Parts: sequence; structure tokens; C-alpha cells
Amino acid sequence: MKIRLSFLFVLTLIVFILCVFFLSLFEEKSYVPEKTNNKIENFSIKDFYTDKSLNLKILFEDEKYIIINIWSSWCIPCRQEHKHISNLSSFNSSKIIGLNYKDKKNNAIKFLNELGNPYDTILSDKDGTKAIFLGAYGVPETFVIDSDLNIIKKYIGPINSEIVNEIRNLLNDY
Amino acid sequence: MINLIGNYSLIFALIISLGTMFFSFKNFKYNNILDFNLIVLVFLQFILIFCSFCTLLLAFINSDFSNLAVYNNSHTTKPLFYKISGSWGNHEGSLLLWLLVLSLFSLIFLIQSKKLSVSFRSLSIFFQQIIIVGFILFIFYTSNPFQLIIPTPNEGLGLNPILQDPALAIHPPILYLGYVGSSIIFSSSLAALVCKYTTNQWARDIKKWTLISWIFLTIGIMLGSIWAYYELGWGGFWFWDPVENVSLMPWFCLTALLHCSSVLEKRSSLQSWTIILALCTFMLSMSGTFLVRSGILNSIHTFANDPERGIFILIFLSCLILLSLIIYFKYNNFEKSNKSFFVSKETAIVINNWFMMYFLAVVLIGTIYPIFLEVITKEKISVGPPYFNQLIIPLLIPFLFIMSIGTKLDWIKNKEINVRYKKIVLLILSVLISYLIAKHLNTKILYSTVLISAALYLLFISILDLKNDKLKWSQKTSHLAFSILIISIILNSIFSEEQSVNLKAGEEKKLSKYTIRFEKISKSQIENYTSLKAEIWVSQNNNELIFYPELRLYKVPETITSEADIKTNLFNDNLVVVNYLKDTDYLNIRYQKKPFMLLIWISALMLAVGGILGLRKKY
Repeated sequence: MKIRLSFLFVLTLIVFILCVFFLSLFEEKSYVPEKTNNKIENFSIKDFYTDKSLNLKILFEDEKYIIINIWSSWCIPCRQEHKHISNLSSFNSSKIIGLNYKDKKNNAIKFLNELGNPYDTILSDKDGTKAIFLGAYGVPETFVIDSDLNIIKKYIGPINSEIVNEIRNLLNDY
Repeated sequence: MINLIGNYSLIFALIISLGTMFFSFKNFKYNNILDFNLIVLVFLQFILIFCSFCTLLLAFINSDFSNLAVYNNSHTTKPLFYKISGSWGNHEGSLLLWLLVLSLFSLIFLIQSKKLSVSFRSLSIFFQQIIIVGFILFIFYTSNPFQLIIPTPNEGLGLNPILQDPALAIHPPILYLGYVGSSIIFSSSLAALVCKYTTNQWARDIKKWTLISWIFLTIGIMLGSIWAYYELGWGGFWFWDPVENVSLMPWFCLTALLHCSSVLEKRSSLQSWTIILALCTFMLSMSGTFLVRSGILNSIHTFANDPERGIFILIFLSCLILLSLIIYFKYNNFEKSNKSFFVSKETAIVINNWFMMYFLAVVLIGTIYPIFLEVITKEKISVGPPYFNQLIIPLLIPFLFIMSIGTKLDWIKNKEINVRYKKIVLLILSVLISYLIAKHLNTKILYSTVLISAALYLLFISILDLKNDKLKWSQKTSHLAFSILIISIILNSIFSEEQSVNLKAGEEKKLSKYTIRFEKISKSQIENYTSLKAEIWVSQNNNELIFYPELRLYKVPETITSEADIKTNLFNDNLVVVNYLKDTDYLNIRYQKKPFMLLIWISALMLAVGGILGLRKKY
């Protein structure tokens, strides 16, 4: 009997721990972006189609926020997130800017013809130097930036439908 | 093509696993002679998994970006060495490596254990195969390293630059050898339970495997902290980071097992406890894998947040735990062991085990408490060094004292408790030295005096013990190494100094003790990164040191890493780390003085050497 009791005790303890582990798998664990230096510099960049030089501030026109999405035709996750970007652009009033990263123009145009163009403006970053101003790690990444050039939100990796909702709520709140 | 070979080898290995399980179970039930098929099958399985690992390695070396794992973690500009280490630097590859080591160890166990009974050997292989099947399924379902992408990209995403370090390239495989070694301990103790084979012979055999995994785990942990110290440039070697803790927990368990299995070997007692420790070691290794791989812990080691993986490991882990619980409680009826006198070696070892369990519990709670809290109350906290320091350091004092006394006690009953006057002199000496050191600090004199004198006393006794012929060299070496390790860590934490200033090139700043001058900065292009080398002069009492810390700007993926410049000698490490301050011309310069760092590494290595000495044949 004594052995039975200790067995039950150990079993319940372990089952409890495993349950907690199980629940914790579904906790939100994405990294909170670093809070320091959220402000970015105003930089000039070329338009993807016209090669005209623009600067970041002009892109805002009268909008308070813009969304910048870094993408590339060779980037597989970008293909996956494309439908979410389209989704975002159809719901949102804010401008969505695509930053074409280290890409060949022909390939990029092919990509857009194939999947559609969700962007209001596309910027070209052929050598990957402009993405540095945003503090980007790679492709794809998505930034929400306000007109004072503060990064409000930063998503590393492909976005999904949850993030789309999050961005929509975020922009509605402001 | 090459991907397919890797993939199919794994599938065949899985099929062979099932065959091996069948044969080993049959062998356990009906045969007295080991079935030759068994050895052939286990060998074949190892070859297949080896084949599969080699194809992954080849894919990485050739930068074959049609493979998803290669695409995600490699880049053509990466040096060859890191292309190779990249193959296990990612989640998928590291699991394949784990599997490879697992099958290698099964093979070695089967060949090595000729002296033991056949039913025990075949049953151990049976349990071992359960683990192997679990891992192969895990790889197939959630993390196949041979997934293809179509169309083939031209360039990969690159390996995280902070992982591009020689110490880190070999850190995972070594740590895995330690973890996987404990799987053998696990299966063989389950088999021993069922076969009622918990004898001296078994203890001797298990001790070999305990030592092997302990050695690798020790070296693995050491390499990890060397990496943290040199590469991360945080100016420390241990941070009580959850992932570090996860590797430390099996270490405590193994250390306890190491000591307690010698009681079983010499005195045939503590069987039940030995089994529990043996089972716990592997469970802790597996839970560690779960915590790290599922992304529950946020840390530099987290490869991906994928709940699916987590669920799989969790189910697997639960099955193993349940299996071992049922077997343990079903077969656990040992005779009450023979009495031992209060002052004896057994008692000392049992006390050692208590302490180990206490340390283990502290680390365990500190690691999983935040997870529990988050699930139950949704509050996010992180447990930091103060918690661990406050709970571990005070208990270290009696631990060290008992360790210095315990080694020389006899088995069963200590005949005479002789207090030699040499030892008293040593005790007084260590208290005196400690008092002088503690006075230098001005704070908490009593506390530091007692702590340092405990460590010093152990050191003196260990040195004295070197001449003692009754003790084994393995024990003498590791105990001496441990005492040096502890005292270096204590002195290191007490005497570390740090200064931090923000300077532009050409500027100079006078601080209370030193003057720091930022002479110049130079830029150069090296292999796959741009290097910014700063020249920094630190002067103290007309003593000038010149440092060249470096910032490395990697292109793929876009990252900045900071390389410390460290000037090492036996007693002191001086290092300067620079960090980039965004949007300014200033660099953040940190100058640190870290005493006894080299001694920490040397003594950790010596600890492992002690373990290796213990592996020598003496029967």
C-alpha cells in the first residue's frame, strides 16, 4: 500500500509538470523588439519602377503610419506571406511600401505578375544597404512606422493572419 | 539525389529498429546466448544513420540549397569549417547528430558488455531502441533535415554569426555525447531492474558509462561557457541562463550518480537510489532537450518556436517517464541494505548526494518556475543570478568542508577519528588568509571569510591528499580540480572590476583608477564580414595596455557582433569590449579586469582529466 501511495504521488506530480509544459507551449513567446533606438533616420531611396530618388518622409504624404515590408523574389517565406500582405493591403487604409531587397528587377516583376502587387509603392534596395537603416536582419521583415519615423512594431520573419489582425487593430487604435 | 539517399537511409534505420526490438525481446525471453543477428542489426543501423548524416554533411559542404536546412543555415561565402559545423548548428541537423551518437553508443554498449548476462544486454538494447525509434519519428514528423525547396534558390540565408566560433562549433556534439551517454545508463538501469541485476558488476559497468557522459558533459558545459565569455563579450562565463541551467542539471545528477555507484560497487547498498539517479539523469537530459527545442525558453539557443515539435517531444518524454515509473515501482523490491556506521565513507557520499540534489532542486526550480508562473498567472518573470547565488553559495560552505573531510573516511565504519595537528594548522592558515582577503573587501567580512576559508581548506587538503596512496588518482585529480575551480570562481566574482565609458576616436577619459584612451579605428574586409578594429589604450600607474577590440558587421544575415580583445595571463584577464552606439560617432567601451579566468578553464579541464583517469582499466 505504501508503494502504491508513493507511486500515485510521483505520478500526479509528473503529470502536473507535464500539463504545465503542455500549456506553456501555446503561450505567446515571440520576442518583444528592443525598445532602444526605435527612431530611424530619414534616408533616400530609389523607386523600383522609375528609379527616381525618394526619401522616406515623402512617402507618408498625409498618412500618419506606413507599413514597410521587405521582400525578395528569391525568398521562399516571402512567397508564403504574400497572401497576408495582400490581405493587409485590402483592409487597410495605411500605405504599404514594399522594399525589394537584393533582387534582380526582372525576377521581381515576374514575382509580382504571378502573385499580384499588394504594395502602394515599391522601393528598390539592390545592394541591401538601405535595409540597414531600418535595422533589418534579413527577408522577410515587416515594420510599422509613424510619421516621426519611429518604429512602432517590427516583425521578423513572414507574417501570418494573426499578425495581420494585430497590425489592423494597432492602426485602428491610434 | 543525395537528399533522397539520406532520407531513405533513415527510413531503413527505422525498419531495422523494429527488427532489433523484435529480436532483442525474443532473445531476452528465450535465449541464453546472444543472437548474432542483434549485433549485425545494430551495426547496420549505425551505418545507415551514419550514411544519412554524411549526406547532410555533403549537402552543407557543397552548399546544396535545394535542401531546406542548408538554405536556411548556410551561405556560399561561409568558411568551410563553419559550413561543416553548420550542419549540426541547426535544429534538424543537431537531431540527426543526436541520433547518430545514440546508435553509435548502442553499438559500443553491445560490444563492450560481453561480461554481463545476455538477458540484461538484450533488454538494454530493447529500451535503447525505443529511444532511437522515438528520435527517428521525431525527425520525420517535425524536423526532417532532407526537405527540398523547389525552385532551388541561388543563395542561402546564412548561419547566425554569433554561432560562427570554433568553441561553439564543437560545443553541441560534445554536449550531446554527454546527454546520449546517459541514455545508455537509462536503458541499462531499466533492464537491470527487470532482470534483478543491480549487482556490483552492474555498478562497475554503469560507472564506466556514467564517467563517459560526465566527462563529455563537463567539457561541453565548459566549451559553452568559454563561448559565452569570448564570443558574446558579456564579460562573464556563467549567467544562469535557462539553457545553461538545463545542461547543468544532468551534470549534478551524474556527479551524484558517480559517487553513489561506487557505494553500490563496494558495498552493495543504495541500489534503489542509484537507479533513481540513473533514470533522472536521462529524464533531465530529455526535458532539457524539450525545453530548449520547443522554444518555451527564450534564449540564444532557441532554434525555432514550433509548438508541434514541442508536443512531439512532450509526448515522447511522457511515454519514457511513464515507462520508467511503472517499471521502477513494479520491480522495486530491494532487500534492506546492511547497516553502516554513522561516520563512514557511505555517509559522506550520501551527504554529497543530498547536496547535489539540493543544488539540482535550486536550479530546477529557478529554471521552470517562470514557465509555471506564466501558465498559471500570465505573469512574465525571469529568474536571475541573485536567486541562485543566495540559495547556492551559503550551502556551498558546509559542502566544501564535508568534501574535505569525507574522502579519507573508511568504508562501513571509520576506526579512529584522528585529528592530526597538520590539518588544524591548515585550517587556521586558511581562515587567516581568508580573513586578510575578506578585509580587503570591507563588506560582509564574516561571510566571505567563512566561504573563502572553506574553499581554501579544501584546496589545501586536496593538495595534501596527492601524496595519499590509499586514494585513486582519478579522485585526487578531480577533487583538486574542483577545489581550484571553486576558489577561482569565488575570487573571480569578488575581485572583478568593470569600467564603462562612451568615447569618440581620439578622446581620452580619466577614471578613478585608470585612464582610457580611444586612439583610432580601422576598417577592413575579411571573408564574410567587415571588421572595425578599435585601438584602445588603458593605463594604470604608468602601466599601459593596448587593446584591439573588434566589431564585425556580417552581411548575411545582417548582424553586428562584438569581439572582445582579451589579454590573458595565469592570474588575470584584462579585456576590452566595444559596442556600437546607434546614430552617434561614439563607441561604448567597457574595460574589465577578471582575475583567475585561465585557472577556471584549466581546472574545469582538469576535472574532466580526472574523469578520464577513472576510465583506466584496473580490474
